[in-house]
Amino acid sequence: MSEASETFEFTSQNLERCQDYLKRYPTKQAAMLPVLHVAQEQHGFISKEVETAVAEVLEVPEVEVHKVVTFYTLFHRHPVGRHQIRLCMNLACWLRGSDCIKAHLEEKLGVASGGTTSDGKITWEAVSDCMGACEDAPMMQLDKDYYDELTPEKVDQILEKETA
Amino acid sequence: MPLYTLISKDFYNEDARDANWYKQNRQGFEGAEKAFEMSPEDIISEVKTSNLRGLGGAGFPTGIKWGFVPKDSGKPIYLAVNADESEPGTFKDKYIMTWDPHRLIEGIIITCWAIKAHVAYIYIRGEYVRPYEHLQRAIDQAYEEGILGDKVMGRDFKLDVYIHRGAGAYICGEETGLLESLEGKKGWPRLKPPFPAVVGAFGSPTVVNNVETIAHVPEIIKQGGQWFADLGCEKNGGTRLMCVSGHVNKPDVYEIQLGTPLYELIYDHAGGIVDGKKMKAVIPGGSSAKVLTAEEADCDCSIEALQAAGSMLGSGGVMVMHEDTCMVKALQVITSFYAHESCGQCTPCREGTGWLLRTLNRLLRGDGHPSDVDTMLDLSGNMQGTSICALSEAAAWPVESFILKFREEFDYIARHGRSMVAEKQSVPA
Repeated sequence: MSEASETFEFTSQNLERCQDYLKRYPTKQAAMLPVLHVAQEQHGFISKEVETAVAEVLEVPEVEVHKVVTFYTLFHRHPVGRHQIRLCMNLACWLRGSDCIKAHLEEKLGVASGGTTSDGKITWEAVSDCMGACEDAPMMQLDKDYYDELTPEKVDQILEKETA
Repeated sequence: MPLYTLISKDFYNEDARDANWYKQNRQGFEGAEKAFEMSPEDIISEVKTSNLRGLGGAGFPTGIKWGFVPKDSGKPIYLAVNADESEPGTFKDKYIMTWDPHRLIEGIIITCWAIKAHVAYIYIRGEYVRPYEHLQRAIDQAYEEGILGDKVMGRDFKLDVYIHRGAGAYICGEETGLLESLEGKKGWPRLKPPFPAVVGAFGSPTVVNNVETIAHVPEIIKQGGQWFADLGCEKNGGTRLMCVSGHVNKPDVYEIQLGTPLYELIYDHAGGIVDGKKMKAVIPGGSSAKVLTAEEADCDCSIEALQAAGSMLGSGGVMVMHEDTCMVKALQVITSFYAHESCGQCTPCREGTGWLLRTLNRLLRGDGHPSDVDTMLDLSGNMQGTSICALSEAAAWPVESFILKFREEFDYIARHGRSMVAEKQSVPA
C-alpha cells in the first residue's frame, strides 16, 4: 500500500494492462471494474485522484467512476493495512462459531471490526456477505486466500505465518 | 441413490487443470467437436430434450432460454457466464472453476456455437481470487492450443472468452444487475421485459447462464439429451451439485441425481447432524429459500418437489440447523446480509430490509415489543412483488417462513426479552 498522495498516475505497465482491458469490450466504460482493480492494486485504495485518472483512461465523467467506487464493497476509499482480513459472519459460518472467531480477532488485533491495527499492518472486518466457502466454516479471507475451519489457535498460527 | 461424478470427478485432481490431460482422459472437447458437426438449432433442441435447468437459482429451462435469442437482430450476440456465486450457502461453481476449468470452457464453446456468439464474458465474484487465477490460466492455455481465438479448434469460428471480475456486490448475481456491472456501472437491476436474451449486454441479445449449467453442456452433447433427461427425474434433467453446510458432520459439495431425497443427502451423504443432535430446520436452496421444518424437509431434491414443500431448490445451498439453534438470531444473521446487499434502487427493499434488521436487533437486545412479530410479517408481505428484482422477496421469504414456522420463539423473545432456546439450554439437565 502506498501512502495517500496528492497525485496518482498509472505506471506505464499498468496503463498497458488497462489498454488491454479496453479492447475486450464494445464500450470504454465497460472496462471500469478491471481498471479500478488495477488502480487499487497499484495504489492500495481509490482516492479522488485515482478516480480522476480512471475517468481519463475510460473517457467517462468522474462521477461515473465515483458511483461505481461507492457501490462495490471491495474498493477501498481510504488507506488500508498491508493485509486485509474479511471474516464471514453469514449463516453457515455463524452456525459453526464465527462469533467466537470475531471476538478472538477483536482481542488479538486490538481494534474493532472495520479498523486497522495501530502498526498499520492489518485491516480487518467481520462481513455479512457469504464468501462461498460454507463447507469450510467458519472461514475468513486474508488477502487472496481463504482460510477454513478456523479456531482461535488456528487464527493465531495464520496471522503469525502470513502477516509477520 | 448413489452420488454421481458427471461433473465432479476431477475435484481435487490437479492434472485436470491441463487442457491436454482433459482431452486425453476425459474425451475433452469431443463434445465441442460433435457440436460443430451439428446445426445450432439441433444443439438447442438437444439441450431442450435434456431438461437441463438453470442451476444458478431460477431453474429456467436452458434450451428454451437459448431459443429466445432473436435470429436476425443484426447485433452481436453475447454469452455471459454467471460466476458471481454469492447466494449464501452456495459454493459449487468455485469447484468447477478451480478444478475443472476446461469443462467450463468446452461448455462455453458449444453454447456460443449454438447461440451464434463470438464473445463470452465470465462474471466472477471479486472475492474468488484463486478460482479466477486457475480459470484464467486455463483460458490462456486454451488460446495457446488453438481451442479459443480466431479459429476455434481449427474451425471457421471465432470465439473470445474474457473473465470480468466483480467487486463485492450480491446484486450482481442477478442477471440484469450483472449486465449493468459488466457495462461498468453500479449493479442496479433492470426492469424486465425486455429480457436479456433480446436486450442484454451493450443493448445486444445476451444469454446469461450459471457456471454449472454450462459445465453440463459437453456431456449432454456427447451422450445425448435423452440420456441426461433419464438421469434425473421428471422435468429436472441430469445431476446437480448440492452444497451442504451448517450443522452436519460432513459439510461439502455433493453431486446427486435430481430426485434424490433431501434426507438421504443430509443423513447419508453429509453424515447427519453434529453431536448426534436432532435436526430442527433446513434452508434447501440458498438463504433466500424459505426455511423448512425437519418434517417438511422429508422430500426429494427437485425443483417441483421443493416447491410443493413450500420452498425452492434455488442454488442448491442446503443449510442445516440443529435443535439448539435460536431461530431469531439465525434470521437476524440472514437479514443483516440482505440489508447490506439491497442495492437501494427500490424503496420497499431498501427501507424494508433495514426496518426488518432494526426490529430483529431490538428483539435480540431484549427491547422488543410483542407487536414487533406481526409488524415484521406485515412488512415482509409488503416487500413481495413491489420491486424491480427478486432481492426484496429473497429478503422477505426467510422472515415470513421463520416467523410462521417458529413463531413461539419470536413471541417468546418479544415478551421475555431473551431467547427461548438459550433459556432451555441454561436449565441444567
